[in-house]
Amino acid sequence: MAARAAALPSPRARRSPAPGLAVGLSTLYLSVIVLLPLAALSWHAHGWEAIASAQAVSSLKLTLGVSMVVALVNAVAGTVIAWTLVRDRFVGQGFVNALVDLPFALPTIVAGLTLLALYGPKSPTGVNIAFTRWAILVALLFVTLPFVVRTVQPVLLELDTEMEDAAASLGAGRLATFRRVILPNILPAILSGVALAFARAVGEFGSVVLISGNLPFKTEVVSVYVFGRIESGDAGGAAAASVVILAISFAVLLAIGGCRRWVTRHDR
Amino acid sequence: MIGKYVVRFAALGYLAALLAAPLGYVFWRTFRHGLGPAWAAVTTPDAVHALKVTLILTAIAVPANTIFGILAALSIVRYRFPGAGLFNAVVDLPLALSPVVVGLALLILYGRGGWLGGHGVVFALPGMVLATIFVSLPFVVREVVPVLREIGTEQEQAAATLGASTIQTFTRVTWPAIRWATAYGVVLTTARALGEFGAVSVVSGRLAGKTESLTLYVQDRYQSFDEVGAYASAVVLALIAVTTLILMTTLKPKEETR
Repeated sequence: MAARAAALPSPRARRSPAPGLAVGLSTLYLSVIVLLPLAALSWHAHGWEAIASAQAVSSLKLTLGVSMVVALVNAVAGTVIAWTLVRDRFVGQGFVNALVDLPFALPTIVAGLTLLALYGPKSPTGVNIAFTRWAILVALLFVTLPFVVRTVQPVLLELDTEMEDAAASLGAGRLATFRRVILPNILPAILSGVALAFARAVGEFGSVVLISGNLPFKTEVVSVYVFGRIESGDAGGAAAASVVILAISFAVLLAIGGCRRWVTRHDR
Repeated sequence: MIGKYVVRFAALGYLAALLAAPLGYVFWRTFRHGLGPAWAAVTTPDAVHALKVTLILTAIAVPANTIFGILAALSIVRYRFPGAGLFNAVVDLPLALSPVVVGLALLILYGRGGWLGGHGVVFALPGMVLATIFVSLPFVVREVVPVLREIGTEQEQAAATLGASTIQTFTRVTWPAIRWATAYGVVLTTARALGEFGAVSVVSGRLAGKTESLTLYVQDRYQSFDEVGAYASAVVLALIAVTTLILMTTLKPKEETR
């Protein structure tokens, strides 16, 4: 990279020290705000036997399992919603398009409370999923809803319908056209949205904490487990479990980065 | 043609059951006895104080992350430096990291026995500010980076050739191109800052009337079996969210909605 920079000096970089200042200041900010606390967290993680405790393992398994289901449901539901927003025409479409962003704007604790009101013990619908694993699934589906929709939608918009017309004129049915022409084009976007949704689901706390009941071995997700360790004064054990979550988050981010490079591989 | 309607109603049904119905029901439930009880519940001293705390956190985190966001976006797009890949990944980290982990990291760094411990940061406002800044950090960067890539450097170079200083080039050429992206990033940052719960919950100590933000107040009311208070303050946050949503829709680049 350094060699390329030397071979292609940008005129701005040569002319003024300002870009260097921007890099320096933003690196300093990032280090103090993000890296320093995370370094302290990793440094102070001890009591690794705490991660191997049955309760910790069970919460981690539950979280990863439910997040996997959340990712799969989002892959389908997100694609269908994106499709409806781009290819369909109906009254109130603009409203629905805005509604999709609601989980990004709504505080997670409010999301949990609203779901608890409609699908909890005092539900007017008679559906009560509070304190079950279904509740965790629904809460996570709520907060992760926009990810796949918002990554697939722009790709679907850019996609030329000519290819589909060509496929149809060659005798392909609607399903075959979708599977052979559209899906390969939007798959990288779906995967990158799914990865974001998965990462978000693994770390989610606010929307789950009220509705899941936080029963150890049954409905306790890993964020809630960490919170419990902090509350009972075991910061070291909490930090050890946190380092595991941190590693998963970072791995998912790297995977998304790889996905992005795969998508833009023809642009460069 | 039946297929088209099946897809449409599947999509709309999913959205209605997951988003619209629960939110609509909470609004109805809060206001079914009129505005009076709800208003009384959100004007108690603790509720008003919680709203103030939330506004203070947002008022500090948003400008800090906006300035950082523009500088970081310029660094990522316009400058090659060693470690740029890592820089990029660390900027994204708060999007993927559990807020509880963020809170714990701050607790360990600034808490008793921490590297920077003993300055009254944790269980007080400064810790809550740091937590809010952490979780709302990526949004401005993420919105500005693609626009900076898109506009390229030709106009900036032309300005520089014509003798404009770095600051003049930024204010006259770069800023007009990125201001809407920045505004959209600011709206997202604000929404995230107002709604932060997990990280703030860990570092604040949750002292009612002292270090309780509005999201913490919602939980506190719910767990004290004060449903009216919980739902009313949740509705206040939801109204802010809806306002944010309207701003987002207005500021969003138009090509996303055809």
